[in-house]
Order: sequence, then structure tokens, then C-alpha cells
Amino acid sequence: MSPLLEVRNLRVEFNTRRGTLVAIDDVSFDIAPGEVLGVVGESGAGKSITGTSIIGLLDPPGRIAGGEILLEGRRIDNLPGEEMRKIRGRRIGAIFQDPLTSLNPLYTIGRQIIETIQTHLPLSASAARKRAIELLGEVGIAAPERRIDHFPHQFSGGMRQRVVIALALCANPSLIIADEPTTALDVSIQAQIITLLKRLGRDHGTAVMLITHDMGVIAETADRVAVMYAGRIVEIGPVQEVIHNPQHPYTTGLMGSIPSVGQELERLSQIEGSMPRLNAIPPGCPFNPRCPRVFDRCKVERPDLLPTAKTFAACWLHAPERASPKADPGWSEGAVHA
Amino acid sequence: MHKAEGVLLAVSDLAKFFDVSPPWLNRVIEHAPRQILKAVDGVSFEIKRGETLSLVGESGCGKSTVARLICGLYPPTRGSVVFDGVDLAGIRDRTEMLAMRRRFQMIFQDPYASLNPRWRVQDIVAEPIRSHKLIADGGALAKRVGELLTDVGLSPQDGEKYPHEFSGGQRQRISIARALSSNPEFLVCDEPTSALDVSVQAQILNLMKDLQREHGLTYLFISHNLAVVSHISTRVGVMYLGRIVEIADTKTLFNRPLHPYTRMLESAIPDILMSGKARTPVAGEVPNPLKPPPGCTFNPRCPHAKEKCRVESPALLPFEGASVACHGIHDGWIPIRVEAALTA
Repeated sequence: MSPLLEVRNLRVEFNTRRGTLVAIDDVSFDIAPGEVLGVVGESGAGKSITGTSIIGLLDPPGRIAGGEILLEGRRIDNLPGEEMRKIRGRRIGAIFQDPLTSLNPLYTIGRQIIETIQTHLPLSASAARKRAIELLGEVGIAAPERRIDHFPHQFSGGMRQRVVIALALCANPSLIIADEPTTALDVSIQAQIITLLKRLGRDHGTAVMLITHDMGVIAETADRVAVMYAGRIVEIGPVQEVIHNPQHPYTTGLMGSIPSVGQELERLSQIEGSMPRLNAIPPGCPFNPRCPRVFDRCKVERPDLLPTAKTFAACWLHAPERASPKADPGWSEGAVHA
Repeated sequence: MHKAEGVLLAVSDLAKFFDVSPPWLNRVIEHAPRQILKAVDGVSFEIKRGETLSLVGESGCGKSTVARLICGLYPPTRGSVVFDGVDLAGIRDRTEMLAMRRRFQMIFQDPYASLNPRWRVQDIVAEPIRSHKLIADGGALAKRVGELLTDVGLSPQDGEKYPHEFSGGQRQRISIARALSSNPEFLVCDEPTSALDVSVQAQILNLMKDLQREHGLTYLFISHNLAVVSHISTRVGVMYLGRIVEIADTKTLFNRPLHPYTRMLESAIPDILMSGKARTPVAGEVPNPLKPPPGCTFNPRCPHAKEKCRVESPALLPFEGASVACHGIHDGWIPIRVEAALTA
């Protein structure tokens, strides 16, 4: 099956007075139709920038400086604003962290949903209203025919996030980008929203790119997961493999640092230091100053994603001929180097 | 002075009501009634020396209010806080109060808001020492600040810098150094890691455990994250709408959750080790604390609720090594389930 979304060697730069910062550096991945791809990483790893680049909402001074993004085989990263606007909402839906800022406080939720439906689909006002009520019912809002005329402030946080999900689903998009959709919510509500996202993705065949810092959410929801560090993907693969059998030292450290109920440990394993700032990314592998298994090659040469048993990891430990400086991984796709 | 064996802090029947009524004019003209928010309503617990008690619950359950009441940041509406045998409300003498204050400190959630951006780190860390007049000599003070910074994993030279030069995790280390500077016995930690990334969270949790062992500290740990709580605490209290619904040893609580709310919370947390487990569907949301339901406040969301739950508010009573406020458990109509996954 051909991928729904292809991101090829994406590079995002921010021009600042103190020079150019590379926020996303040579990131490539695919999303298959109906698949849930989790994107995890710590703050500043570039997860959200990847998401906003795909929906074309990157704010200046940020700009796509290289690579391409293809939706259903068609390039979308260089479309003019007006054409991108038609794709956004129609083909790609978005859910953001804070449901209050995603909704206009001055309009009823019904008006906002109906407007979105009519922008993208040729429906009459009454048909659009009918569809809006159906959508609200589908995302689990009780008495939707009454609630549709309420304002955002009349809903609780969890209910607002359901409304935002309904908004994202209006035009039946084939891809939803969910950027930290449950971070602002309490655990019991978070569980409801995760279950809802999973069910809707399955029912509508919608692919979801789920961006979060919470590995637990990914473990419960995603099919595959991409782990990001300092603007690059360090490991990508099936979610259970990445969690239980991580191949990149950063992923190993990250998994070990997550406390878990029912696991008795005196100490959590910790990664010393912190993620480098964008203006001070070390040469070679960006993780090398913190890596417990660093060797010479890591400090000079940057690793591309290399195949391991079941995942791909950007780590020289998985080079076909370990520590031979000129070994060419063969399948690397014209990497853009800084 | 009476001291219970090993108990450092005893809180009994603590309550804090906030008056959130509309302004006087509206009350007179619109006949709007007075509105009282019962943020904390009758909370009692004890913390023994050297242990970590955690309070968990969702937003608005009153866990942070309890922390602030203990530290004296709010005056309680009712109830008492007894620290090392002394009732804090009974202290009238200012110097005696100051001496008491030195013995407990607080760490806050947001390391960006809790450090003064215009002060150098060395002044931030030295402030408790100065205000309690613990070290008069300037050289000795500088040495002590250097030691404190080393203790929390920073270098003494970092004292020259300002807070903005540090990352979130390092700032939280500065907060901890400041809290430790007056040699306290008891730390109240209000969500100390929830603003941090997981790998940094692991560093801070390890640091807190190390410091506890080295200095014999006692912690009250406030968090909404059950996994963090299960890792750090000796005992755990679960709060719902201003009350403790269950309190037990960490192991007991996680292996054999009694209260339906505790069970619901435990099945709701996404956990990397337990993906694919059967979830108890979580119904409903936390009710409006201004109009809590009558009887047991959890009854509208409880799958086991009966008539008694809608009428009579359950008291927190001991039950086989734990304390739980639930009619269903005490009257025996809720089956007790031991988590198979965790006992293995």
C-alpha cells in the first residue's frame, strides 16, 4: 500500500539575529493510511515543528529549507497559501493541546462546526447542522442537539477537546495531526480521549500523527513510534519493539527513566546532562556527549537511520561494519548535512 | 509535650473553604446566594519521620491546598496541623513561629515562576539562611551555598549566574538547594516534576531520593502522576473533591486498590508496561466542587453506587491494612480484587 504521507529529508530553519538555527534536520518518515504514528521526544526535540510543517502553519522566521512533504503522492510543502488552505481541514485535520485556544469563545460550537463543514463540503445549512449534531454525538457529547448551541465556556476541558476532535473530523480528513491532545487533561479524561481517538481512527480509516511527550499515551495508542532528539529522528519502529527492545542508547535511556506502576526500583536510570540547545548541537551524532556507549566515529560522523532487527536507529552501533569510517549504509537518501 | 511515636506531622480534620460569592452589590440586587467552595473538607493523616507520603488526585481535588495549609500559606478554616508535637495554630510568638518555619520548606511546581529572575542563584539559595540568621559570617555563608549547590548536582560557580541561564531541570535543582539551605526536616513538594521532561524528571526523582537518605528528610509529595507516586512514596493518599478517599502503603494501594475511584485512576493511567490491558471504562467527569453531589461525592461516577451512597457521606475507616471511605467496601458489596499483574 502506498503511504498516505511521505516526509522526505525535511529541514526546517529559523533565521535569527544570531545566525541560523536548524530545528529539524533531515527527518524522513511515512504514514500509511489508517495508521497511528506516535512522535515522542522531550521539549525542544522538534516534534511540534514537524507537525506544523506538515499542515503548513509554520510561523516565520521558521521556514522549510529543504526536503519535501507529499500527501497521497502530491507535493504539499510548496503550495501557495490559498491551495494549502483547501487541504488543511479537508485532507488534514489538526488537534492542538489547549482546547480553549482552538475554539472561538464568541461563537457557539455549532456555528464553528457548521462553518467548517460548509467551507469544505457542498452541504446546505440544515444538512451541515445535521452532520454537526451527528459528529458531536460520535465524539461522545451527551444531548448533542441541545449542546450544539452552547458556547465553549459552557463545556469542561475534556468536553471541549471532544468538540475540537469533532471539528477536526468535519470533512472526513485522511490524516489528523494531534499535537499533545491530552496533555492539558486529567488522567481519567485523558483515557477517555485516547479511547475516542483510537476508535475514530479505526472507524473512519483516518491516519493519526500523534505528537506527545508521554510514552504511556503512545504505548496505548500508536502502531509505530518515532523518537526525536535535537531535531532528528533517532529511532523509528513498531511501538512494542521500541519500548521493550530499544536499539538507540537515547531510547534505552528514555525508557529507563519513565517510572511505572508496579515496578519496584530504588533508582530510575537517568541520562546525564540535558538536550543540547539548537545553537550548540555537537558535530557527529547529536547524542554523543551524553551517550554511555560513545566511540570515536560518533564524534565526527553523523549516523543516518540504520536498520536493526526490527526498527531503524540512527546510531553507529548498528553500522554494517562497526567503526569503519567509510562504510556506506547504501540506502541513505542524499542526506542534507549541516 | 506529647509526641506520638515517630510521627513528625499530624493533620487532623483540616478544612479550607473559599468564599467565591458574587460581589456584595450583586448579592443585594440580584439576590445571588453566597457561594462557598469547600476546597479541603476534613482531611486527616500522619507522616512518620523519614517516610514519603504522597497525595494524588485530579485537578481541583484539593491536594495543593493541603500543601499550602501545612506550610501556612493559607489559614485553615477548621482543623489542626501538629508538627513534631506542636500545634502550629497555637503558636502566638513570632520568634517561635520563625524557628518552626525553618524546619519545613516547600518546593513548587514551576521552576520558572518560583525563582526571582533578578537575583543571582547564590542569593536565592542563601535567602533562607539569611532570613533565619543561621550563618552570620559572609565567607562561611558562601561556602555553605557552594556545598548546597554541589549537593544538588550543580557547581559552586553556578552561584554567580542568574536563573534564566539554567534549564528547567537545573532550576528545579536550585529550588531544592534553596529548600535545603535552612536544614529542614520536612519538605512539602507540590508537583515538583510535572513541568519537566521525563529524563529530567528521573534525575530530579533520583536526587530527591538520595537527599532523603543522606539528610533523613521527610516528604509530603503532591502529584497527579500515579507512576511517579508509586516510585517515590512510602504511603499514598488518594484525594477526591477535597477529601481523602483511600490511604494505604504504596504496595497495598497499588496491589489491592479498594475505593472505586482509586481503581478507576489506576486503570486510566497509560503505562508503557501495561499497554493492551483491559481498561475499566471511565465514565463522567469530576463534578462542580461548588455543588458536590450529596452522600459520597463519587457516587454519580461509581459503577457500584447504591441508595446509601447517595444519602450518607462515608467516613474514612480502617480496612485490612488501609483506610478507605466507601460504603461498598465496609458493607461488603464491592468485591475486592487483587491486581494479578502486580503480584506476579
